[in-house]
Formats: sequence, structure tokens, C-alpha cells
Amino acid sequence: MTYSYPDQQGHFGQFGGIYMAETLIPAVEELRQQYLRFRDDPEFKAEFEYELKHYVGRPSPIYHAKRLSEDLGGAQIYLKREDLNHTGAHKINNAIGQALLAKRMGKKRVIAETGAGMHGVATATVAARFGMECIVYMGAEDIQRQAPNVFRMKLLGATVVPVESGSRTLKDACNEAIRDWVANVESTFYIFGTAAGPHPYPMMVRDFQCVIGNEAKVQMPEMIGRQPDAVIACVGGGSNAIGLFHPYIEVPHVQIIGVEAGGHGIASGHHAAPLTGNAKVGVLHGNKVYLMQDVNGQIIETHSISAGLDYPGVGPEHCLLKDIGRAQYVAINDDEALAAFDALCRFEGIIPALESSHALAHAMKIAPTMGKDKVLLVNLSGRGDKDMNTVAKLKGITL
Amino acid sequence: MSRIDTTFAKLKQQQRKALIPFITAGDPSRQLTVPLMHGLVKAGADVLELGVPFSDPMADGPTIQRASERALKNGMSLRGVLDMVAEFRKQDTTTPVVLMGYGNPIEAMGWEAFGQRCAEVGVDGALTVDFPPEESHEAFEHLQAHGIAPIFLLAPTTKDARIEQVAKLARGYVYYVSLKGVTGAGNLDLSAIEEKMPQLRKHIKLPIGVGFGIRDAATARAVAKLCDGVVVGSRIVQEVERSDEANVVTNVGKLVKELRQAIDNEKE
Repeated sequence: MTYSYPDQQGHFGQFGGIYMAETLIPAVEELRQQYLRFRDDPEFKAEFEYELKHYVGRPSPIYHAKRLSEDLGGAQIYLKREDLNHTGAHKINNAIGQALLAKRMGKKRVIAETGAGMHGVATATVAARFGMECIVYMGAEDIQRQAPNVFRMKLLGATVVPVESGSRTLKDACNEAIRDWVANVESTFYIFGTAAGPHPYPMMVRDFQCVIGNEAKVQMPEMIGRQPDAVIACVGGGSNAIGLFHPYIEVPHVQIIGVEAGGHGIASGHHAAPLTGNAKVGVLHGNKVYLMQDVNGQIIETHSISAGLDYPGVGPEHCLLKDIGRAQYVAINDDEALAAFDALCRFEGIIPALESSHALAHAMKIAPTMGKDKVLLVNLSGRGDKDMNTVAKLKGITL
Repeated sequence: MSRIDTTFAKLKQQQRKALIPFITAGDPSRQLTVPLMHGLVKAGADVLELGVPFSDPMADGPTIQRASERALKNGMSLRGVLDMVAEFRKQDTTTPVVLMGYGNPIEAMGWEAFGQRCAEVGVDGALTVDFPPEESHEAFEHLQAHGIAPIFLLAPTTKDARIEQVAKLARGYVYYVSLKGVTGAGNLDLSAIEEKMPQLRKHIKLPIGVGFGIRDAATARAVAKLCDGVVVGSRIVQEVERSDEANVVTNVGKLVKELRQAIDNEKE
């Protein structure tokens, strides 16, 4: 099997591409050229690796969740600890990579969209680190549910702009960031947070995040003498997932499972699971992907307990992996994610992000059906400190 | 000859420039769109750009975003917009109508069905903001098969090679976005348009309309001197937003008349 995507125009099969307004076409073209130029540049690679090691704290460990696994009585659950990265999530891997590129392209101003706030925090962090002006667009709804992250971004010197249009969540933050980019295209680098958007973003973000899977491929044999039976990650746009999955695509016998946000359940219609919910193919935010929409092609409002997964689309490579059958996509509902969140706190002393709790919940669902010799590697993409308000509210507690 | 070509040929003969107003279909209400279209023509519009509302209008500023939201709240859809054009054509068989919007509603309908319906109802051109030529091969096959002109945007950032590429695919007219920014922004730079025009004319033999950021009669007049047509969107949509439903056709007509006079007096 040879797997080589995207093509030169950024297509992953029928997905991906460059669907942007004319003003931005030269900007994404310049970005593509510059990325291809620096991607294999030894100096760029060395600087990226240095930052990952000394600033982010990589490699992130893999942890055997023994008590949780014992309690479930089946497959062994291992966690790739992206929550231990500087800023508390996988988002920093990509933010560092793009900031280094921005620096080389002479851009002094960076913008970002954010949902849960983790990508916003990561961008604000690297902007501070490299002395760049930073503007973060965030849905007004998300600003409320992720207040601690908003404060973190401000402490780091970023300007957080509330977005009041549409559903006031991640997709609207994307729209507003794109509008900013159109108006300031020459001075500004758009640090896009997930493996979606116009080419080269899905490829570039994937490449920066592949450090997750590349490390795991070395670490797992060191720990257990072989690769895991399955790798599992949550999928909103899908950057932490593709970072873990991509290095495993051509490794035989490793099952790949992406976990979408099932919200109140797929049948309820209140979810954020375009792949599991059989959404139609559509075009939004620069790429062609499976997209939650009504019969008239209007994007519909999504629901998830976790702001980071609350998005109607999904990265183009996940769409392809679904279609070719290399990855399987499932959905986990709000209540299942919350139960997994609680379990990891109590059994392992680790507070996971609500996003990552979706991946964990699926592992907890299938582990009991598997033998004790089986191994599931779950990407613990972020820590849950940012979710204290949300979880407290759901439990009826006022902080 | 298509309605768009005929219109521009006639204007050229008269040594006049086209006035191309934009309204969002379904704003302020579904009942008022067709009367507004007729009102625009009566006030002196040469080509009508009819906005198809979209839930995520990334290239639009707040004014047209709000118009889109109002229209969607009124139950507007792409099929509904096409029905409106059919209604408009009962009385007006000569004024070109160009649909302007984002690609996804058309993707959802299917390009073939869209092209066919456009031809049935009398749509003359289609402009999809987020579908650049690279991603539009299939789309344009279906448009061209039904004689619908693909209208393209060019921007201050567009380089020579792309202008050439667009020149090959474009029909009807080409829409030059006069500023880096979303619709309704206020930082239009006349000298920059003037500088860009020879580069555009080198490749583009079609008429060139200029839009984005034209907010008053004086600017419309100044821009008209530099190109073949003036597109006014946000300023008109703002007038729709400000007006009571009872006065909206009159108020918008008055504004468009002012723009018309300013453009026609460009030589003064």
C-alpha cells in the first residue's frame, strides 16, 4: 500500500483543495511555496525540533493507565500525554511550526481562530515567544464557556476579539479570522489551528502534528515490544488525530479510530459528527469536506459539550481515510465523555480535556470487549483545567 | 448575444458606464425583493447583482452579513432566489441578473441542476466568491452548457499569470475588487485602481466592473472614470436595512438615482 496525499493542488481524493476568495489566493500560494521551501530545510527542522524539546517539553511520555484498564477488565489503555506539553495541549506543536514559518516570511502580526481556547493560547504563547503581535478570534459563546483560557491569552499579550455573528462558536471565529486576513494579507500570518482549511494548511498542520505519532511509534515498542492494536483520538477539525494517525497509516494491523462529538446523540441532530452522522460533502473555510448542512447548503449549528469539537466540518484527510476505509469513525455523546472525564480523574489522577475525554470514552467502551493482551493507545490531546467551569456547571456546582 | 454582452455593448455605444447595484435576495423580506429589483432598474441600474444568502459569508463585512442573516431568517434559499428571478423576468426581459454568493448552496443543489434552472428562469451570470478557477472546472462546464456567464473576481493581490487564466474562463464581465478587505470596508484607494487597470486591460478584453468600498456618489463617479462599470453593494444594503418596509423601494431608488446621475456626469 502506498499512501501519498495530498496532490500538488492539495486534494485528498475528492476532498481538500483551495476554495478561497481571490484576495487570499496569492497569500495561500505564497504560504505553500514558503512551506515547501522550508519543510526540508535542515536549519528550519533543527529549530523546530529544538523548540519542541526545550520549549514544549517533548517528547511527551506514554503512560499505561493500569488502574483504569484493570477496572475495565479488558484491553490495556495507554495514553499519549499531549496534555503535558507546554500550554497543556497538542496545539503548541503546530503553533510553533507556523510561527517559525511566519518569522522566516517576515510577518510580524499573527492571527488565529480558537474554539476551546487551546489553539488561541498556543498562538498567544508563540507570539510572545517570538515577539509578534497576536489577535485571536473567539466565538462569544466560547468566551463564556472557556473564560480561564481567555484570561490566559490576555496575560500572554494577545488581543481576544469576541465574535458575535452566526452561532458564536468556532466556525464563526474562523469566518472572522479569514475576514481579518483578507484585509491585512500583506502584514499578517494566519496561524490556522487544525488540519483543515485551504491547501497547504491541512498538509502543513498534519506535518507539524505528526511528531505525536512519530514519537509513539518509537515509544510503544520500547514499552511493550510492539505497536498498539489500535490508535484512538478525538476529531473536531482533526489535528491531534491526524498527527497520531498519519505515521500509522502504512503500519499494518494497527486499527485507526477517530472519535467525533456525538453531543446529545446522532439521532437527536444535536451533535458535531459529520463523519459518523453521514453529512454530505460541501465547501467551507477553504476546503471540500464532509460538512453538516441543511438541504439548501446552509451550514447548521452544531452541538458538543466540548468547544474544541464544536465544528460542522472535519479535515479533508479524515474524509479520505473514512472513504478508503483505513480509519473508522465513531461518535461519543456528551454524557459518555463526561463519564470518561470523571473516570480518568479518579483512577489515574489525570484531569483530561473534554475533547480528549471523547477519545478516552470510546477506548473505555471497547476495552472490556477485548482481551487483556490487547493495547489501545489513546491520544490524551489536552488537559482539562480549562474545562473546570463547564464541568462544574454540568454537575450543578457554582465555583 | 447574451443580455450582459448586449447591455455593455449598448453602454459603450452611448459612452456610458454600467451601474451594477447589489441586494441580498430575501432582505428585508421575500415579498420585497422583486419590487426592489424593478425599482433598481427604474432608478438606472444596468445589471443587477442578486446576493444568495449564506450562513457563513466569509468575504462580507457586517452590513451584508446582517442582510444574509435576515434573508435566511425569512426562509430564503438558492431555489427561492431562482424563483424570484423567474418572477422578475415576467416583467423585465432585458436587464441582466447575476447571482452572487458562495459555492456551497450550489454544491448542495448540484451544478447541473443549478445551470439548468438558471437558464429556465433567466439568470445571466453567476459569481461564487469562494470558487477560484482552479476548483471550478466542473462547475463552469455546467454553467457554460446553459449559457450562464461565470463572473470572476480579481483583486489587488492578483498576479499577471492569474489574470491571464481568469481572462480565458471569464464571460460577461470581470469584477475587480478595489480593496484588500471584506465588502463594505472604507479604505478604497483610487490611485491604486488607476495603476492596476492597465495590467488588467492587457489580458481582460471583457468589460471590467469595480466594486467594494464605493459608498457615495462622488466615489462612484471617480471610479466610473477608470473602468466600465461600478458595483455598489453594502451602501445599498445599508439603505435597505435603515428603511421601513413601506419606504424601502423608494429610498433605495433615490439612492441609486443619485449614483446614476453621478456616473453619467463623469465627464464633467
